[in-house]
Amino acid sequence: MKRFLNILAVALVSFMFMATSSYSKEVKVGVVLPMTGLVAAFGQSAWKGIELAQSMEPTAKDGTKIHLTLLDNKGTKVGTANAVSKLISSNHVKTLIGAITSSDTMAGAPIAERHHIPMISSSATNPLVTKGTKYISRACFIDPFQGAVAAKYVYNNLHKKTATVMIERDQDYSVGLAHAFIKAFKKLGGKVVSVAFFQSTDQDYSAQISTIKAKNPEVIYMPSYYQEIALFCRQARQYGLNQPVLAGDGAEADALIKIGGKAVNGVTFTTHFDPHAAATPLTTKFVNLYNKKYKQNPDAMAALGADAYFIVLNAVSKAGGYKATPKKINYYIRHTKNFKGVTGVININPKTGNAIKSAVIRKVVNGKFVYVTTVNP
Amino acid sequence: MDLTTILQQLVNGISLGSLYGLVAIGYTMVYGVIRLINFAHGDIMMVGMYFAVTGIVAMFLPWWAAFLLSMVATALLGVLVDRLAYKPLRNASRISALITAIGVSFFLENLFLVVFGGVPKAFPVPSVFGGVINVNGVIFPNIAIITPIIAIAFLLILLFILHKTKYGMAMRALSFDMETVRIMGVNVDMIISIVFAIGSFLAAVGGIFWAMRYPAINPLIGIMPGLKAFAAAVLGGIGSVMGAAVGGFVIGLSEILIVALFPPLAGYKDAFAFLFLIFVLLFKPTGIMGEDLERGRF
Amino acid sequence: MNKKTILTVLSVVLLFLFLWYGDGHLSTYAMRIWEEVGIFLMLAASYNLINGVTGQFSLEPNGFVAIGAYVTAILILTPAQKEAMFIITPMVPWLQNLHMSFFPALIIGGLVTAFVGFLLGFPVFRVRGDYLAIVTLGFGLTIRVVSNNTVPITNGALGLKGLPTYTTIWWCWGWAVFAMIVIMRMVNSEFGRAMKAVRDDEDAAIAMGINTFWIKMTAFITAAFFEGVGGGLLASLITIISPTMFTFFLTFELLIIIVVGGLGSMTGTALATIVVIWGSEILRVVEQPMDIFGLHIPGIPGMRMVVFSVLLILIMIFAREGIMGQKEFSWDSLFNFFKKNKVAQK
Repeated sequence: MKRFLNILAVALVSFMFMATSSYSKEVKVGVVLPMTGLVAAFGQSAWKGIELAQSMEPTAKDGTKIHLTLLDNKGTKVGTANAVSKLISSNHVKTLIGAITSSDTMAGAPIAERHHIPMISSSATNPLVTKGTKYISRACFIDPFQGAVAAKYVYNNLHKKTATVMIERDQDYSVGLAHAFIKAFKKLGGKVVSVAFFQSTDQDYSAQISTIKAKNPEVIYMPSYYQEIALFCRQARQYGLNQPVLAGDGAEADALIKIGGKAVNGVTFTTHFDPHAAATPLTTKFVNLYNKKYKQNPDAMAALGADAYFIVLNAVSKAGGYKATPKKINYYIRHTKNFKGVTGVININPKTGNAIKSAVIRKVVNGKFVYVTTVNP
Repeated sequence: MDLTTILQQLVNGISLGSLYGLVAIGYTMVYGVIRLINFAHGDIMMVGMYFAVTGIVAMFLPWWAAFLLSMVATALLGVLVDRLAYKPLRNASRISALITAIGVSFFLENLFLVVFGGVPKAFPVPSVFGGVINVNGVIFPNIAIITPIIAIAFLLILLFILHKTKYGMAMRALSFDMETVRIMGVNVDMIISIVFAIGSFLAAVGGIFWAMRYPAINPLIGIMPGLKAFAAAVLGGIGSVMGAAVGGFVIGLSEILIVALFPPLAGYKDAFAFLFLIFVLLFKPTGIMGEDLERGRF
Repeated sequence: MNKKTILTVLSVVLLFLFLWYGDGHLSTYAMRIWEEVGIFLMLAASYNLINGVTGQFSLEPNGFVAIGAYVTAILILTPAQKEAMFIITPMVPWLQNLHMSFFPALIIGGLVTAFVGFLLGFPVFRVRGDYLAIVTLGFGLTIRVVSNNTVPITNGALGLKGLPTYTTIWWCWGWAVFAMIVIMRMVNSEFGRAMKAVRDDEDAAIAMGINTFWIKMTAFITAAFFEGVGGGLLASLITIISPTMFTFFLTFELLIIIVVGGLGSMTGTALATIVVIWGSEILRVVEQPMDIFGLHIPGIPGMRMVVFSVLLILIMIFAREGIMGQKEFSWDSLFNFFKKNKVAQK
């Protein structure tokens, strides 16, 4: 009886997915994003971008429809592994888009790799994600690049020679970026006068602030997420610590300004794109449609999500539309050349699967994100 | 470390400690009367923050009205939680009630995640609480000064209620022997409701001041302060209101001072309260206020 | 061997035959979920030993599973892998060169976890079971803090990656069946009766001369051992672990399982594990946008968790017994059931 119920359950599940797959000329693409859990906000943003991108260009060149199936990974590794496994073996997808965070992507990647299904992450910036793989690619640049861009900007453009680095100890994103910044900054001739640690749920930075004050660096590099940066800035400014704060793409969210208020004015960060500094014609088109549909500007997650979709679409077109094999799609994803995407011109290194593209530097001025410059690789 | 910083950190620690104390009182009172660890208490504090934000941002109330409304609404929520979830289990095994409490906690967290999303929301800090005071070059945020004053004021009011009013007497009696009190004709359910109302009211006060101190709130924000407040309640001697307040001060102060004096330990900050808890259980299970756990009192 | 033992052995054989069949015929996804069911069955059964049988409310699984996962992961990674992974601070040398095969690594993972269980249980059970829940809840959060900060051992936030995938359906179910047998035997022994006595009336148990402290400790340490092993299996299944991986949700899921199955009933737990794990996979649908008869229902992300918690509260208030109550499935009761039916027919 028990077993019968299980078989029934399996049958039910497979039936539900068969029911959704009645188109003939289509390529199935699985999307794995955190729609619930702690990083749900990023996943939802990326999904908005992907959905809009699909409505802009729903078919490949030969008219093959791209059929997207979204599965929630709940922002967990187990969830990602299960979702990837399900999309491959039950839904028979030919390509995967996802996941958002590097660690989730890495939990799903071995399964995609084993089944020879290409997987492209929109925003996993950790270098290890694609290391040693044949089928894993990404639409974004990697952490060492971002950290180095920040270091160059501080040293060459701001002409500051000393820095304190604030590391969020429990985020591999923060640890990786800080590591890259320190390395690049020292190489340029700058000096890291102190390193301070904190945790992601931390709300009190007064202890770190007092030590930073004693060291008196010229800038503070804090690769973290918007909430921590906003709270840190508020407290730092209250205690009279007024050095410029630099950050990575995690800073980019309206909540940074809402939470930080005046204290975050001047916060400068490296990121993937700026809606006001159109890099390609596609940027303008995407930003306009996004504004029309969601009544707001797209953030980096949405733009990168869209780019992941466009890269896949482009690869499907080249690989022969609905007849494309996963292997062929993977070949064309990894051989993406001079692709004019939403976030700029994208090249993917066929050997590593990493995107080579420019970074944008943005700054908070009077409660608004303002474009500063673009740094080419 | 110079004197200025130490002074700043001292004020900081006292102010954080008074927030833990406010939340700890709710744990201690509920445990005192119905012997239940109310796991949802930290989340009730979180709900208080969201009520206040909603009052200011969505209902355009002046801040004091929004705060007051939030405190009252949160108190009512506490009563509601007790009536719906805990009361049916008054005579069931202890483990049933505890599991239900965890269920309520998880429910509140996830309900608010669904309604407000996981993105941290900015808490609009009224300008009265936003500034800093500069005393001869030593800077204190206003909020760090105001918080302990408010906390002590509420503590005094609560002690007055407990010791000088009929209801307070009933509450204290209840923690000794519920059945006898019932036989004596006291409306036990109403008294328990009042206990939940007071605990939740103070949690909302703690929550609102927490949110003004760290103005980014999310639906999971109540977990850590809740846990630390519980440690504070145990440290002070669970069941004792004064103990909860004192325990809160001890935990808050030590958390801030240890990090300030030994920066390499900063990463372990959230583990301190837990270590306190283990040490108290090992060496002085009755807590600072030192009374027998099996006898009720406030 | 009597008839009942033969039946039990037969059904275990049948179970493995089913798994063997599934391994060749079901999709990798379905088998993956079955692997998860095996691991969760072991976790839930040991969790039920402390909560249901001994009646001490505990929230330890996520913390203990994390310890087992880390210990096993460190032991099965090769020295070369570790050297490549610890990019911030090199690993402490004596761990760096420690390397062994899967089985001893699992056992050591279990033993270390059991030892931690001993250290935690000691202060708590000396006082009263009441604090167990909050201490274990705090422990789950503390283990995250510790694994983030002990970088030379755990690699901090970067976690451990590229673990060898030893975990197969046979490892999962082999351990699950072994754990079930050990725990069921324990429950049915004199020891188990003492545990139940502690649950039903601690004061009476003390009066009867039962050393309640050690009874609780034994239950807790046994549970810890199997949870540590489960953590090791999970680590090798997922191939990557990091401090944020084993959150309170894991504990919550297990709590739902043992409550649905019936606190104190191991067979109920087995039934509930299958229902809950497969159920939550199927329930994914609830959160996705749906079109039913032209009506568009937007997916509400996170709704599943709300449904879960309401379910838990409702079960506690209205159906505290769960599926099986404190009873166990037994061949006798099955025979009786059929006999009664026959009598009724006559």
